[in-house]
Amino acid sequence: VAVTAEKRLDARRLRADFPIFEHAIHGSKPLAYLDSAASSQKPRRVLDAMTAFYETSYANIHRGVYDLGERATEAYEGARERARAFVNAPSSREVIFTHNVTAALNLVAYGWGLDNLGPGDVVLVTEMEHHSNFVPWQYIARRTGANFAAIPITDDGELDLSSLDSFAARGPVKVLACTYVSNSLGTVNPVERLAAWAHEQGAICVVDAAQAAPHRPVDVQALGCDFLGFTGHKLCGPTGVGVLWGRRELLERMSPFELGGHMIRRVTLERTTWNELPAKFEAGTAPIAEAVGLAVAIDYIEEVGLDAIEAYERELAAYALGRLSEVPGVRVFGPSAERRVGIVSFDVDGVHPHDVAQILDSEGVAVRAGHHCNQPLMTRLGVPATSRASFYLYTLREEIDRLVDGLAKVRKTFA
Amino acid sequence: MSTDELYREVILDHYKNPRGHGVVEPADAEAEGMNPLCGDEVSISISLDGEVIEDVKFRGRGCAISQAATSMLMEMVKGRPAQEVAEMSREELLDEVGIPLTPIRLKCALLGLGVLKVALHRAKGTPLPDEWAGLADELEFK
Repeated sequence: VAVTAEKRLDARRLRADFPIFEHAIHGSKPLAYLDSAASSQKPRRVLDAMTAFYETSYANIHRGVYDLGERATEAYEGARERARAFVNAPSSREVIFTHNVTAALNLVAYGWGLDNLGPGDVVLVTEMEHHSNFVPWQYIARRTGANFAAIPITDDGELDLSSLDSFAARGPVKVLACTYVSNSLGTVNPVERLAAWAHEQGAICVVDAAQAAPHRPVDVQALGCDFLGFTGHKLCGPTGVGVLWGRRELLERMSPFELGGHMIRRVTLERTTWNELPAKFEAGTAPIAEAVGLAVAIDYIEEVGLDAIEAYERELAAYALGRLSEVPGVRVFGPSAERRVGIVSFDVDGVHPHDVAQILDSEGVAVRAGHHCNQPLMTRLGVPATSRASFYLYTLREEIDRLVDGLAKVRKTFA
Repeated sequence: MSTDELYREVILDHYKNPRGHGVVEPADAEAEGMNPLCGDEVSISISLDGEVIEDVKFRGRGCAISQAATSMLMEMVKGRPAQEVAEMSREELLDEVGIPLTPIRLKCALLGLGVLKVALHRAKGTPLPDEWAGLADELEFK
């Protein structure tokens, strides 16, 4: 990935690429969209590319011998190569298109877990895991009789790595499933170290990169993990397309997850054999135009520069943490700015997050309120829900000021 | 919608100073419920004098809408025939709450009434009306 660390990001200029910001909220308020961790907005280039694909090159793929079918297949396979390069995977045969990260992680939990887990084995997740990398493993552990456990977090919102060996003492650790970046706390986890520890135990390391891939460079070879999933809609791409990267030798030995068209080699009344990678894991009609949109989104954020995005969001996080500390009654969760991406969860004393979000909305400030698919983490933090502001390459400092002004209104309303 | 419209003075007053807050002991009917989406919780206990709600109290935690609407509900139903309250329409409560609600916030506002209905129908051994059974799929009553 050729990006220069010196490249500065100009959020005000980039905003012009996003049509959503041309529209006011509640008639007159400019949109302060502080919910990019849930889903990012889309640049016009991505929308145009998908429309152009539908208008000029669309057909189903891998079937037609006619020109249109070949061009659509070429666009789809081109997107696969783009996704491969984006995470520095060794081969595009290891890159599987799914519908989202949840589908990617379920594919691993079912496809690898059902065949390789058994009674006494240990399946390890983290206390800060999104439900998408938590619930499938909890379920497959129960199905196979394996023990299921979660690495706890410290009061600063970091993984407590000192607990790792105590889990190894419970039995053979077979899976370590961890998020690269916490979707609630913004914490960046030491995936290299976790993957190395997992391999010492003879376990596979499965990484949820949903919140990492949009915001910082991701290199599967440097991380040393075995599987990694990310999704298009959080990195300026469309909904409906995600990516699973997995080590070829593991993917080849795995059972398929979804069965049906395209994933087969030969079907008879007696039995069916599977197609080669990656087709073996891509049953049914693929998200074709979505993959095309994803490739353009990757082009877009790489032109801006993942290093530049990461540095800019860290500045925003530091600014937000500083401003929020000025508001009485506001408690921020998670680590210091240098240990996180642009995600800030907080609590306003005496006010439910839904009321916080509703009042902020009336000021045109969009934040998320809820458990963020992190119920075990909310339990650990001792709250039913939090408010969460999350930033991206189009976020302005003055939007954080508007958040802080809005919180003053929240406090005044509930005084 | 404007904040002033949603967080009317009366809503904030009920939120900050809930009416009928506590537990009725001994209770002739009781139930609790939560909205798993946002963690709002309400539990309601009722004492009956024959067919009439003699006393009713609630405890809970959650957003201003859920707690204020339940507080208003306590004032609305105390002293009324249990049968009438068991059949009470959601509109009657929503008129009293008197604020425009999005579908998500509607569930906050109806949590307390749902819990009250579950308590009354359970005490009588009658099934929840269909429109509330639907809500019970999204809210958890016990």
